[in-house]
Formats: sequence, structure tokens, C-alpha cells
Amino acid sequence: MADSKGVLVFADIVEGKLAGITTELLGCGRQLADGLGEDLSVALLGSGVKGLAEEAIAWGADKAYVVDDPLLQDYQAEAYLAAAQKVTEEISPKVILYGQTPVGRDLAPRLAFRLGTAVSTDCVELAIDPDTKLLLQTRSVYGGNARAVFTSDRMPQIVTVRSKSMSPLPKDDSRKGEVIEVAAGLDPSMIKAKFVQKVKEEVVGVKLEDAPVVIGGGRGMGAPEGFQQLEALARLFKGAVGSTRPAVDNGWIPSTTQVGLTGKIVTPDLYIAVALSGSSQHMAGCSGSKTIVAINKDPEANIFREADYGIVGDWKQALPAFTQKLKELLA
Amino acid sequence: MEMIVCAKQVPDPEAPPATFKVDPSTNKVVPPPGVPPVISTFDEIAVEAALRVKDGKGGKITVLSLGNNLVRDVVKKPLAMGADQLVLLEDQAYEDGDSWSTAYALAMAVKKIGQFDIIFCGRQAADWDAGQVGIGIAEILGIPVVTLVKKVDVADGKLTVERMVADGHEIVEVPTPCVLTITNEFGEPRYAPLKGIMKAAKIQPTVWKPADIEVDASQIGAQGRRAKLGKLFQPVKVGKCEIIEGEDVAEAAANLAVKLREAKVI
Ligand SMILES: Cc1cc2nc3c(=O)[nH]c(=O)nc-3n(C[C@H](O)[C@H](O)[C@H](O)COP(=O)(O)OP(=O)(O)OC[C@H]3O[C@@H](n4cnc5c(N)ncnc54)[C@H](O)[C@@H]3O)c2cc1C
Repeated sequence: MADSKGVLVFADIVEGKLAGITTELLGCGRQLADGLGEDLSVALLGSGVKGLAEEAIAWGADKAYVVDDPLLQDYQAEAYLAAAQKVTEEISPKVILYGQTPVGRDLAPRLAFRLGTAVSTDCVELAIDPDTKLLLQTRSVYGGNARAVFTSDRMPQIVTVRSKSMSPLPKDDSRKGEVIEVAAGLDPSMIKAKFVQKVKEEVVGVKLEDAPVVIGGGRGMGAPEGFQQLEALARLFKGAVGSTRPAVDNGWIPSTTQVGLTGKIVTPDLYIAVALSGSSQHMAGCSGSKTIVAINKDPEANIFREADYGIVGDWKQALPAFTQKLKELLA
Repeated sequence: MEMIVCAKQVPDPEAPPATFKVDPSTNKVVPPPGVPPVISTFDEIAVEAALRVKDGKGGKITVLSLGNNLVRDVVKKPLAMGADQLVLLEDQAYEDGDSWSTAYALAMAVKKIGQFDIIFCGRQAADWDAGQVGIGIAEILGIPVVTLVKKVDVADGKLTVERMVADGHEIVEVPTPCVLTITNEFGEPRYAPLKGIMKAAKIQPTVWKPADIEVDASQIGAQGRRAKLGKLFQPVKVGKCEIIEGEDVAEAAANLAVKLREAKVI
């Protein structure tokens, strides 16, 4: 692919809508494309997704490639891979951006191995090297303890991007772009891993990823009852409760609340870390919060290296007084 | 069921973050002194997943570990948990690979093993966190793969698995042979019983050099890389935590609330 050109974003589509990460990818992709002086394309794969093309253009794309096929209704990797490969071969991009989402983290490596190129997953920073014009791919490694900068001279250079690590551009509904429909020639016989059904875990209250305040509870909560107190505190702020892996593994709280490297990424205005030690893997999911507050009985706990404010003590004594005072202040 | 589990030896990922060090001159992590390496967290859960299939349906589990100077007590842990045999791809030539060169060597070792129904991998290794090797093995072998698996049911040569997604899980049916990458929601790995540890001590691992799996040195380890590592560094942390005091914990907590209001955080 000596003549590869441009940047291609694979849109993340959730329940028929462009997911937030897609706008972040388009914002970042626009900068990279401008840096190269080339086009930004977006690929929309799904069933009934054509209508999203204009919106993707408004978020920064020059061209939208649409593969609209009933076989792409649910995520079935083999069909998605065939469609992704088709679009990639049509465009021959230099750079491909995916979100580090359940689809992107699954599909991007498949595409890279299929094309014989490399992929950097979970990137938190991307830039074009001024000398080589190659993509500098900075990703979090060793559970968030370190960062590594990768390059690859094989085209296309593929990455997945951590959610909330890039900013969308302001939406411009007057932007014009080209919409291109691609027939991917999908066939049911290519699907080996078959989607049967989705089982959704219903959340009551505010969605964790969107909450302005998140109360994170860790192993030190000791039992599900502790989390009920965190729920009460979260309700005061119209916030949500998050958790660490041990709390999930102990069955105190559903796994969909896990924050971290292998859980959700949250960037609230306020993150209150209760009885959790602040492991690098947990912080990978919340270190982008504006203010971090720690309640922990161990003054040596790593969370005090990460937090802005903290108290050293048992949460069982701290939480009732903290909640009471907040009620007064917020009344 | 013939099963293969890919399990990697890594520096203990849960060692205190303060002990984590990078040597900028070599671009490598300096293992914290006195903290022994471990089997990567999700790989140990992958061993558990294979053991549960074996518990229910019977079968044989072969564990594959790639690296150099592997610590025998560490890589034998899956045997102590109940796996049947251990194959080590152990040679300097395998070192410092990327996801591509690692997946390639493992796929070639799988070919040499020959017969298998399921290959289990962890969702990502606890050192590089890339999450690609399981997918890569499947692509190279041309078989299906399901990632982020938290439950496996086997019936009539077909697997029904649950795959984690952001707001719940998907149920997916996949034929064998296939690859599954396992996530921690699967459940805790079992402890190695004393009997298992004694049994494992007697098992000699098989060691395969690059020539044994018919790979060229240019395709594996550092030489086979497709992603070049430019720089490895530790992000700078500014320790700036303000500790709020009080007569007792309750008072400190109330003072914290007031402080947050004063600082306009709330
Ligand atoms: C590859 C990998 C990925 C991972 N991904 C994630 C992830 O996404 N999210 C995640 O959270 N973890 C993840 N982990 C696990 C992570 O390494 C830590 O083990 C975990 O975050 C620790 O959780 P914790 O802080 O609740 O528990 P601990 O580290 O045990 O900390 C408990 C804390 O509670 C304090 N405490 C105890 N009792 C009280 C009390 N009564 N009052 C006040 N304080 C108290 C203790 O002082 C201690 O600091 C991952 C690990 C690996 C290897």
C-alpha cells in the first residue's frame, strides 16, 4: 500500500446511534488528517445506519463510507471483519482509528492480523511524527504504571483509542461531505461465531459513564451493605456508584460498575474513592476525574498519591458524618 | 475435549505501584526486587475455564508458555491447578516480541500439538495489556475466536458462551475448534491443592526451540516485531493530596465536606 492516504475512523454505533467515542475519534482523526494534509473518512457498519452519515460529517469527516447490511444488525465478528476489510481496501488509508470498546478491541486486532499489519490498542495520545510522518501511538501499559510509544511502518497503521482521552470538535451541521455506499458482499455462511441474544443489565438511576459525581467503593467496604451507604451518598449528588475488581469478584455489586483498565472509564467532576487502595489498574479508569477524594484507613495507600483531598480513617466512621454534613451543605 | 491454554509469566501486576520502575537506558521494566513473577491474571482464569470444562466433560489440558528463563515454580502453577502437560517455548529468540510475533510462535506450536478443540487465552496480558494474542492465534490458524468470555457451556461439539459488553453480555454460539479469550468475570481461579503441587513437581515440561516448531528466527521475538517500541516511560505524578484532619474521623469527614464546598468542588 505504497499509495495509502488519509485517516479512516470506524464509527462505534450503539443502539442505532453514534456513540460518544465516535465523536472523539472524529475530533482526533480530523487533527491527524489535517496534519497529513489528507482526508478524514468515516466507516459506518451496521443495519439501518445510512442516516448517521450526515451526523458523522458534521463531527468532522470529509467522506462517509456506509456498509448497510442486515447481517450487520448485531456484532458478529466475521461479517464485521469482511465489511471492514472491504472498506479498508477501497480507501487504502494510512491510519485507522477504532474505539477501545467491546467492538473495537475485538475487531481492530482481527483486521490488523488479516492485513498483516500491527495495531496498538488502548491509545491515550496520538500524533504525527514531523520527520517520518508516521503515527506516534502512545498507549498505557503495565496496568497504567507506564506509557509506551509505538510506531509501525506497515500500512495501514491501526490503533484503538481509550474513551474520553480525545476531545470531539464542535458539531458543525453545515459541513458538507460525500456519502459512499459500499456493497460488502456479505453472506451468512461466513459467520461462524453466531450472535444469539443480548442480555442487558438494567441500571437504575444515572449511567456511570455520564455521572458528574462517582463514588467508588473497594475491597475495604467488606460487604454489599457498605455499597448501600455509597448508593445513598451518590443519590445526594445525582451521581453513580463505581467499584474495584475485588468488590465485583466478591459479588457485592454488578460487574458493570467496575471502573478501571478492564472496566469503565469515568471522568466525573468528582470521584470519591472509598476503601480502595488506588491500584494503577483502577486509576486507569478514573485518573481523568477533575477532583479525586480519598477515604482510606491506611495513610500509606497509593490512593493518597493520586487524590487531591483525603481523610485517613475507617469509612464506617467517616461516611455517616460526611453524608450528614453534605446534606446540610447541599440543602 | 482436547484443550490448550496459553499462559504467560509476567512481573506481579499487583505489586505496589510505588515499586514499579522503568530503566530508560534499556526501555525495559525493572522487576521489583524480592517480588516473584506470576502467571498473568487472566491467563490463570483461562486455566480455570479449561479445568471447568474438564470437570464436566473430561479431557486433556496442555499449557503453552512462551518466554525465556521461565521460573519453573511459576509456569508449573497451571499443572498444580490440574492441567495435564506443559510445553514451554523457551529460547532467547522468543524474547521481546510483539503481539504478532508472539501469536505466530504460539500458533505454530499449536499446529505441532495438532489435535485440539478449544484454545483458551486470557483477555489481555497483565504486562503489555494489548489483548491481541488470542485473536492473532485464531486469525493465523483460520479458526473462529470469541473475546471477553465470562461463561462457557459445551454441548454436542458446539460451545455456547457469554461475551461481556459494556451494559451486560451477549450469548454467542461458536463451533470447535476455536479460541476463547477469558475475562475476570468468569470467576476466581481455584487454589492449587498440595497434592497438585506435588504432582506438578514431578512433571517435566517439554521445551520447544524455534526449530522444533519450524519457525524462522526472523519471524519471532524481537526480530519478528511489526510494532516498534520507541519509548517506555512512567507518567509523572504530582503528589498533592491535602489531608483533612479533625478531632476524630467523623469530624475530619465533616471538615472534608466543608473543604469541598469551599473549594467549589460541590
Ligand atoms: C490486568 C489487570 C487488570 C485489572 N483491572 C482492574 C480494573 O479494571 N479495575 C480495578 O479496580 N482493578 C483491576 N485490577 C485489580 C487491581 O490490580 C487491584 O487488585 C484492585 O484494584 C484492588 O482493589 P481494591 O483497591 O478495592 O482492594 P485493595 O487493594 O485490597 O485495597 C483495599 C483498601 O481498602 C482500605 N480499607 C480496608 N478497610 C477499610 C476501612 N474499614 N475503612 C477505610 N479503608 C479501608 C485498605 O487500606 C486498602 O487500601 C486489575 C488487575 C490486573 C492484573
